Amino acid sequence: MLRGRIAGHALALVATVLLGGLLSATLVRLAPGFEADERELDPHLNAASVNALHEARRQDRNIFRFYLAYMNRAAHGDLGRSLALGQPVRTLLRDRAPLTLRLLTTGLALAWTLALTLALSAAWLRLSVYDTMTTVISGTFLCIPAAVLALLSVLWNAPGSLAIALIVFPHSYRYARNLLVKAYSLPHIITARAKGLGEVRILFWHVVPVVAPQLLAVAGVSVSMAVGAAIPVEALCGLAGIGQLAWQAALARDLPLLVNITILVTLVTLLANSGADVIGHMVRGQES
Amino acid sequence: MNSWQKLACGVLALVLCASLAANWLAPAGYAKQYREATNAPPSHAHWLGTDEVGRDRFARVLYGTRISLLLAPAAALLSTLMAAVIGGLAGYLGGIWARMAMAVTDLFLSLPWLFLLITARALMPLNVSPLVSVLVTFMLLGLLGWTAAARVLCTTAGSLRSSDFVRQARAAGLPGKRLFWVHVLPNLRPVLYAQFWISIPVFILSEANLGILGLGVAEPMPSWGSLLKELEGLASVGEEPWKFVPLILLVVVVTSFQLLLSRQEEVTA
Repeated sequence: MLRGRIAGHALALVATVLLGGLLSATLVRLAPGFEADERELDPHLNAASVNALHEARRQDRNIFRFYLAYMNRAAHGDLGRSLALGQPVRTLLRDRAPLTLRLLTTGLALAWTLALTLALSAAWLRLSVYDTMTTVISGTFLCIPAAVLALLSVLWNAPGSLAIALIVFPHSYRYARNLLVKAYSLPHIITARAKGLGEVRILFWHVVPVVAPQLLAVAGVSVSMAVGAAIPVEALCGLAGIGQLAWQAALARDLPLLVNITILVTLVTLLANSGADVIGHMVRGQES
Repeated sequence: MNSWQKLACGVLALVLCASLAANWLAPAGYAKQYREATNAPPSHAHWLGTDEVGRDRFARVLYGTRISLLLAPAAALLSTLMAAVIGGLAGYLGGIWARMAMAVTDLFLSLPWLFLLITARALMPLNVSPLVSVLVTFMLLGLLGWTAAARVLCTTAGSLRSSDFVRQARAAGLPGKRLFWVHVLPNLRPVLYAQFWISIPVFILSEANLGILGLGVAEPMPSWGSLLKELEGLASVGEEPWKFVPLILLVVVVTSFQLLLSRQEEVTA
């Protein structure tokens, strides 16, 4: 059962990742001005060099041919060369991935710590004043654009991961609070509390098994949210990560770089969602 | 409707009326430059001061609010209609159509919304007239924002397809087209309303994100995104607090939409 689920996820993941790459390649190909290359304007280039650039661009015209050739090269470890930055895509991704990974990990850890602390305290205390206060705080962050939070983090000299955390936190808090409040109103948990069972024991023995699968699903979605938020945060905070690279690639219509980044982003998002689903399934299986 | 939701309605009505009365409240317009008063602090002549090229910030906030408040619902309408036709029809037809629609929505949903939006907008022409930039920005929001709604509608239409009244209508010989437009689509209305209201604040925030990154509405036309871009030039938060007025207004408006959305959810439930 579990193996079948994992195989299904793997199949869907491969298909979606490949289609995602094709989608981004098509978008870039259809973008106005795709065939224009700024380097052709360089007065130092002779006619032969300009023709060579033109020819190289022409080869990318047929999107399916480009994509097949790309996949063939990628299978041999060659991800192509960035047109705008003039470096191998593999080197660019390898150099920038650690910073983005650190940013996302710290941001998500902060967001979830804050969300779970506030949600748990709201469910425990059951004070309407406290509940309203935490809802207002999370609601306010929900209404601030991600790019503004990035700008504010620059103004306050706060780390970029804090901006990511504040972008993800309101979404996580909303779900976590609703799930925990609902779980704490279940009859068997009310009975356990009435019988004087310790709060920690109730939490880990009775509440966590109920809410874990759904919280894991939300955690999977929050990874996708954080990846999306990394673009404005890195672009505005001047952090040389993959988010900034995606931003530069899109502006420069850098086909090889954008296709690789789209595939990477799709892969990370789908892996997070599939991982959350499989773990959630395992938790449910243990429970039953 | 509780008192908070009434307040939200009042706030939205007030902001919308003020933005529609921009021609009367700020007759000089959003592009007029006061070259002798660039980067001026708030004064009797310029309630929110002027920007770095001497344009009245109050006028720009009013006109920018008008653009965002009128075009975000238009983009939401476009995305809801697309979701209704694609998701609703695929769900109603079922089989391969439903699977194909689900595969397409899965593909779009596997890409983070901000990543997809920023990439797609950056690939569109950036050096265009202000009016075209407004249309491109909001059309893009509408064209890309239908996927999540389509998924919900596909599932709802799928369950309607196997409901008793649709089966009876089909057995009575009602043509498929008529069945869809007359019986299935009207039953999707509550979900469509909910999706429409959900999309508005999402699109307002998305436009703001694009504007701050320089991918939104082109100068000199104002929008909340381009107004918030001014925050980039601040050295500290307390330096020129009046520059935060567009942000406060944006938060108030989006919060009001969220409050009304909870009302919509109650109605849908």
